[in-house]
Amino acid sequence: MMETKKISKVDLIFEDIDPREILTRVKGMSATEIIEEVLESGLKGRGGAGFPTGMKWKFCSEEKEKDKYIVCNADEGEPGTFKDREILDRVAQKVYAGMTIAGKAVGAQTGIVYLRGEYKFLLPQLRAELEKFHKMIHELGFDFRIDFRIGSGAYICGEESALFESIEGRRGEPRNKPPYPTSSGLFGKPTSINNVETLVNSVIILKYGSEFYKKMGTQFSTGAKVFSVSGDTPKPGIYELELGMSLLEFVNEFGDGDTKAVQVGGAAGFCVPRKLFASTVIGFEGVPTGGSMKLFNSSRSMYNVLHNYLDFFNEESCGQCTPCRVGCQQLLKGVESVKRGESKSTYIDELVKLAATMKVASKCGLGQSVGNAFNSIVENFREEIIY
Amino acid sequence: MKKNKMVNLKINNQPVSVPEGSTVLQAAEKLNIHIPTLCNHDDLCVAGNCRVCVVEHKGARTLLAGCATPAAEGMDIMTNSLKVRNARKHVVELLLSEHRADCTKCYRNQNCELQELANEYSFGDHIFLDLVGDHEAMIDDASCAIIKDDSKCIRCQRCVRTCSQLQKVSAIAVSGKGSEMKISTFHDRPISHVVCTNCGQCVNRCPTGALTEKNYIDSVWDAIYDSGKHVVVQTAPAVRVALGEELGYDPGERVTGKMVTALKQLGFDSVLDTDFTADLTIMEEGTELLTRLKKALVEQDKETALPMTTSCSPGWVKFIEHKFPEFLPNVSTCKSPQQMFGALAKTYYADNRGVDPENIVSVSIMPCTAKKFEANRPEMRDSGYKDVDYVLTTREFAVMIKQAGIDFRTLEPSGYDSLMGDSTGAGVIFGATGGVMEAAIRTAYEIVTGKPVPFDNLNITPVRGMEGVKEASLKIEGCLKEWSFLEGVELKTAIAHGLTNANKVMTAVRNGEADYHFIEIMACPGGCIGGGGQPIPTNMTIRQSRIDAIYEEDMSLPIRKSHENPEVQAIYKDFLGEPNGHKSHELLHTHYIERVPY
Repeated sequence: MMETKKISKVDLIFEDIDPREILTRVKGMSATEIIEEVLESGLKGRGGAGFPTGMKWKFCSEEKEKDKYIVCNADEGEPGTFKDREILDRVAQKVYAGMTIAGKAVGAQTGIVYLRGEYKFLLPQLRAELEKFHKMIHELGFDFRIDFRIGSGAYICGEESALFESIEGRRGEPRNKPPYPTSSGLFGKPTSINNVETLVNSVIILKYGSEFYKKMGTQFSTGAKVFSVSGDTPKPGIYELELGMSLLEFVNEFGDGDTKAVQVGGAAGFCVPRKLFASTVIGFEGVPTGGSMKLFNSSRSMYNVLHNYLDFFNEESCGQCTPCRVGCQQLLKGVESVKRGESKSTYIDELVKLAATMKVASKCGLGQSVGNAFNSIVENFREEIIY
Repeated sequence: MKKNKMVNLKINNQPVSVPEGSTVLQAAEKLNIHIPTLCNHDDLCVAGNCRVCVVEHKGARTLLAGCATPAAEGMDIMTNSLKVRNARKHVVELLLSEHRADCTKCYRNQNCELQELANEYSFGDHIFLDLVGDHEAMIDDASCAIIKDDSKCIRCQRCVRTCSQLQKVSAIAVSGKGSEMKISTFHDRPISHVVCTNCGQCVNRCPTGALTEKNYIDSVWDAIYDSGKHVVVQTAPAVRVALGEELGYDPGERVTGKMVTALKQLGFDSVLDTDFTADLTIMEEGTELLTRLKKALVEQDKETALPMTTSCSPGWVKFIEHKFPEFLPNVSTCKSPQQMFGALAKTYYADNRGVDPENIVSVSIMPCTAKKFEANRPEMRDSGYKDVDYVLTTREFAVMIKQAGIDFRTLEPSGYDSLMGDSTGAGVIFGATGGVMEAAIRTAYEIVTGKPVPFDNLNITPVRGMEGVKEASLKIEGCLKEWSFLEGVELKTAIAHGLTNANKVMTAVRNGEADYHFIEIMACPGGCIGGGGQPIPTNMTIRQSRIDAIYEEDMSLPIRKSHENPEVQAIYKDFLGEPNGHKSHELLHTHYIERVPY
């Protein structure tokens, strides 16, 4: 069993700090110093995929192109995630500061915030904050400008390359990789695309130092993370917790005493049943999450839970690649067919194999992660799915 | 990307070295290892969306799409591991589950890339549920040229890439997402009601039967068996160099003589040649060009539109109607050879043969799907009847040959029937990009100077070749007296094939960046030999073979200049009077209309 930490609340993301002070210091640092600090901190992307942020910046900084981009991925679409909205609402200046730091690190003069269409209501206040921010960094001597692009409601546009396509005015469909965004991203230019929370974490790291940051969390999952807690819980909401706690610790804190399963990481994540709570670490060494923690108590039908996720994917697959487009339809129709008794219960095993194919053969992270929810729910709640 | 740098990798444990920038698929090809593909097409940009070509890279978390993954140093690729086979089988099964596999009723039966894959990966019962719903509602057959059947579509997007990349038309595009994702048109209107030029390039690249031409095979059989009808057939130049591919020959085989024999055996009353009216087109269009030049250069007439463009490609005509309508006056007023033939079949031919035009059924065999649309244009009834009744593609024609039980290979070659059956090398080369230009110059130069064109063997090589846009200029010297206004004029021409290239040329003209006198445009890559009605598959090598055959055919003919065609000389003497004369204008010329740009 892996080492787990006690649950530990922190208050860093939403802490009221003056970004001017950090940026003044960053102004005096070289790109390499910034990247080193972030690398040293062990920060991994907070959108869910968990790519080391310092590495991303390093790759992007090594590109020779004159034009580069920093893109802030604020297309928060994972079911059960609502932390980026809160961050943008409360500490937008820190997001902009993170983008400016990233810009300095990789050598980009342009930042774009790709804002989820449903968050358009935030735009007036975000623009007002940005105006103040632009004024400040101008005074500090930064050559960096930020602008907004608004999504139109497609989940797939949270996938980085589909997001670029969307910004460029095309249909949001993921691109083939390689090339990766750090060498050919937005408009074919080297691009560092980071989640809202990741960018704020970089501000925290530069304020308090990587040593401080590393003391939080575990060896593989340093720092803290904002969790969006929902479902059967007496206290739904947003909580900033150190990474590396066990799911049991988490459920003890947030559950209603009757939790039978937790969906960690949203529709693209994993369903963990009660018997595995104690042995499941929340972090990159265990079950990673972009923040979505959905608790289900014994009143919930896991068939309905699964059906809901499949319905979601069936609609939100971009439809480009075969495994995802047709696979999602087959998984959905398949469980319906088994439930109605039209297909044999063993058909579920074919679907499990199909989900495994989707995981390895789909073009992007969406199709590759459909199998996570499907197989973890079916494996643990097979009876509920069939009968 | 540096050109000469090589990368070394292993595929199925065999080492291979390929230039940097090559894909895994290309590296495998070098080792003669076959990786199946579906969305990949030599003519199109990489999509990587069907996932049939997945391969395993040892140590990688996921499989890789061979067509879309660059070969990299040290890769260790397996193309046939268990993981790969399982995934590939699933992908094929998934595609079959959204495809209406009514193979025995399908036009593409036995020439279907999905069927081939199904034969390899999916025998026995299908694993997955059938997802095809009410297929009747998924068929758009309103167009007289192109039928789109979404129930057979596997969303590979080859058609979408063809329409945008090769043709810059984008009549079809992706709409919807997830289970609703499909290939659609503007507001999901029928193909017949959008900017579609009917070029059929999408049909040529569709791996299944989702996009096909509307076929008129049974209508033609009915006409043949109707004893009261006199059925005449014309064959376009590009058919004779491609038909063989449908009948077991390699690309580039010329089958003209056997083709004529086959048509006679099918029961057509008269087997004639579109090349005849191609020659006639040269007389009419050449005269029109010289007249326009005279008006513009001598009379300084501001109304005369130059550059003049060709009008034989109906895909191009519809393109300009939609996209560059302000240049419609620049389009030659000549009808295409097909339509000139149709108008003459029910007048000149009918008179000469003593047949009531009412009873003539005029059939054409074309490398083209847009010709079906052209024949149905309301402008094309100058004979007093529908000038061309039915247009068959090369593919439909091959089906008829098979239906009739003709053993094509053993046929004795024969010649075309007379009256509108004579042709020259100039008429033949209409089938290749640059051919109309070359034929026109062969004739116009000689009319103006009294001398043959100053090129070896009449082969005007600067206008030949596969570059998307070719430019050529010819200085006119030693003019006869009546053409002295052209003395020393440098005739500037451009040749474009594929509508993306047409768009480039016309944009340059619109921006005043080009000072051409004459532009030849063919809607399809390679010209008519690459037409939307030609045998499937198509690629650069196949098109080049057909073009080579076209020029061989030209060289093989005794007469190679349009104005020397004896039947052309006769028709002017006996019927038309002179090129661009009154009768010509009545039957052989027309005007086109402006259409909406979306």
